[in-house]
Amino acid sequence: MNGFQKILAEHALELTRARTSTLQVNVGFLCNLACRHCHVEAGPGRTEIMDRGTMEQVIAFAKRSGFKVIDITGGAPELVPDIGYLLEQAAGLADTVMLRTNLVALMEKGREELLGLCRDRRITLVASFPSTNEGQADAQRGRGVWQKSVAMLKELNKLGYGRTGTGLDLFLVANPAGAFLPVDQCAAEKKFKTDLARKWNIDFTGLYTFANMPLGRFRAWLEQSGNLEAYMARLKGGFNPATISGLMCRSLVSVSWDGILYDCDFNLAAGLPCGGSPVHVSEAGKPEPGVPIMTDTWCFACTAGSGFT
Amino acid sequence: MQTYYDPGDLAKFGEIGEEAPEVAKKFFDYYQAVFAEGELTEREKALIALAVAHAVQCPYCIDAYTTTCLEKGSNKAEMTEAIHVACAIRGGASLVHGVQMRNVCSKISL
Repeated sequence: MNGFQKILAEHALELTRARTSTLQVNVGFLCNLACRHCHVEAGPGRTEIMDRGTMEQVIAFAKRSGFKVIDITGGAPELVPDIGYLLEQAAGLADTVMLRTNLVALMEKGREELLGLCRDRRITLVASFPSTNEGQADAQRGRGVWQKSVAMLKELNKLGYGRTGTGLDLFLVANPAGAFLPVDQCAAEKKFKTDLARKWNIDFTGLYTFANMPLGRFRAWLEQSGNLEAYMARLKGGFNPATISGLMCRSLVSVSWDGILYDCDFNLAAGLPCGGSPVHVSEAGKPEPGVPIMTDTWCFACTAGSGFT
Repeated sequence: MQTYYDPGDLAKFGEIGEEAPEVAKKFFDYYQAVFAEGELTEREKALIALAVAHAVQCPYCIDAYTTTCLEKGSNKAEMTEAIHVACAIRGGASLVHGVQMRNVCSKISL
């Protein structure tokens, strides 16, 4: 029994699936950035990306299973050659299709067509924007990234993204620039909205705040900087039993670039598949309610404070 | 003990109540109430606490309220500005006493 399971047992709790309504598709680890907090260790040198055949199998899985939300993530999904095909197909299969973007990849020359597709098919954009502070954002994502991100947010606003009444949703994702817990989502959204509007005339639909996962590149940094023990203690100390019922892993299934099913993107990063052994999307059915969710110590990052829902 | 200040001691703060539990309880209840959201947000109160921590030069408070400020959504630039406010008041408090010096000088000088 791992440390997380022990805490669950102490609170007489179990972590099992509810109704699965979100399909998350991780199209690979290729990225134009190499962010220091990245749990999948994405970067320019990674070659793992989803091919067309796997995309077709993912779409077939979505058709036979039925999902309310399809959430496309990476890496930088914009860099995957057939991403347009996946978005087109997904758009007709779910109420909401989300594309995660680091903003910088979306800004690169040649992506105008993809952006047009997103706008025309009402794809929701979910953009990484960890801080309104340039120094802190760049410390996490790389020098110059913050300036480009602000420029891209302005471009997206021009297209109608994030502006009221357009139906084009633009969500921002902020995660801490270090070994501390995320800001309360409501308070952070209020402050980001005020700051971005006041300083740069930027609008957005809403903000998600997420804790950094003690996995991948962030875990390596925690170890190197001597922060791992204190950070894990902080996550465990912040365990909130009330978060369990609303955890996103209860209603989400994640498919990796090579078609394997996971309970969440963090288990994907750690190589811990649904049920403990790999099942390919071509053979999979939708996970049934009541099925146990695979856990490990990194799950504390989703249950600290107000949790990861 | 290698130094007078040990970061691990911060977690022992509550132990101060062992010899005087009633007043400690009153203090910690008051402390909690002070930092709860009111007319000022928790974020704003944490920034004030950070500034005061620098004015009174308390390493425990600086450690605690640096983390709290970040977790309440302040960024490094805002935190730095808050410390400058403390610095300006602290420095200003010294400088303004120069008026007393000038008064004394005037009184005893030709």
